Amino acid sequence: MKHFLLAAALILSAPAVMACETVTIGDLTIEHAWSKATIGAGRPGVFYVEITNAGSVDDALIGIATPAARMPMLHETVVKDGIASMPHAMSIPVPAGQNVQLSPGGYHGMLMGLTTALKEGDSFPVTLSLKKAGEVTVNVDVLSLRAEGPDCADAGQ
Amino acid sequence: MLGVGAHRTRNLPTRSELLPLPIGEMTWTLTDHRGRSVRPADWAGRPVMVFFGFTWCPDVCPTTLSDISLWLEELGADADRMIVALISVDPERDTPDVLADYVSNFDQRILGLTGSADEVAQAAADFRATYRRVAKDAGDYTIDHTAGVFLFHPDGRFVSIIDFHEDRRFAVPKIRRTLS
Repeated sequence: MKHFLLAAALILSAPAVMACETVTIGDLTIEHAWSKATIGAGRPGVFYVEITNAGSVDDALIGIATPAARMPMLHETVVKDGIASMPHAMSIPVPAGQNVQLSPGGYHGMLMGLTTALKEGDSFPVTLSLKKAGEVTVNVDVLSLRAEGPDCADAGQ
Repeated sequence: MLGVGAHRTRNLPTRSELLPLPIGEMTWTLTDHRGRSVRPADWAGRPVMVFFGFTWCPDVCPTTLSDISLWLEELGADADRMIVALISVDPERDTPDVLADYVSNFDQRILGLTGSADEVAQAAADFRATYRRVAKDAGDYTIDHTAGVFLFHPDGRFVSIIDFHEDRRFAVPKIRRTLS
C-alpha cells in the first residue's frame, strides 16, 4: 500500500500532458483528447477522446466544433466482410454509467478542411456538443502520426 | 493449384476466386515511393506483407501502419528480408512523392506503392482486394477498402490475413510463420 501511495504521488507530480487533462461537465468526464499529426493541411485530421457518464441519464455526443478545421464531423470506422468504411455518425451514444471511447478503428472525429497542418506537440481546442449536458471545450494534444494513444498514467492501456 | 483453368462463373465465385493469387501468378506493375518500378517477380523468394490503403484516410490507414510498425519492431532483424508494402487505392492523390512523405512516418521497411488507376485495379484484382470511391461534400471523396493485411510465404503462397486491429499477440506469430 505504501508503495502504491508513493507511486500515486509521483504520478501526480509529473508534468501534465494536455491529453491527460480531465474536464467535467455535470456527470460527464472528458479525458484523453488527442489527435495525430497530418502531412499538410489537405488531408483530414482525426480527433479521439474518452467520455465517461457517471450519471443516471443517457447522453449523446451530437457534434464537434474547432477553430482548427472548417468541417469537423463525427464518423465511425466499420469493418464488414473485411472492407473498412467510414460512415458519418449523427450521434454517438454516451449511456448512463458507461464509458465511450472515440479511438483508432472505432468512433472518431474527422477534421476536414484543416486551417493548418497539425504538427506533433501542437494543441488545439475542440468543443463537444452533448445532447443533455451541453457544450464543453477540451484541449487536444497532437501526437505523432504513429501514436496509438496518449501515454497517461491512468489511461489503463 | 486450386482453381487455375477452372471455368469462371460470374454469379457463383469459387473459393479460389476469393483468395489472393500466389505472388508468382500476379501480373501487376506498380511504382514505389522512390519512383522505381516494381513487379511481383521482384518479390520472389521473400516473405511478403501487403496492406491496401490511402494517405487521405484518417483512421484505419495510420492505425494499421502503426500496428505494422510495432509488429516489425517486435520482429526486429528477423523481418528485414520481408517485403512490407502499402498499396494505395487512391492513385489520383497518392503520387510516389506523397507516399514517400507518408511512409517516412512509419517503420523504414514499409514501401509505398502506387500507379495508374488501371495498374492499381490490376493489383487489387490479383490480391482479391476491393475498393470503392465514396463521394463526400464539395467534390471530396473517401474510399472504402479491404482493411486486412495479406501475408505470403517466401515461395509466393498466400498464408493468411491479419484482420484490422488484430491483437499483436496473434499478429506477430502469424507473421513469424511466413518468415521461415
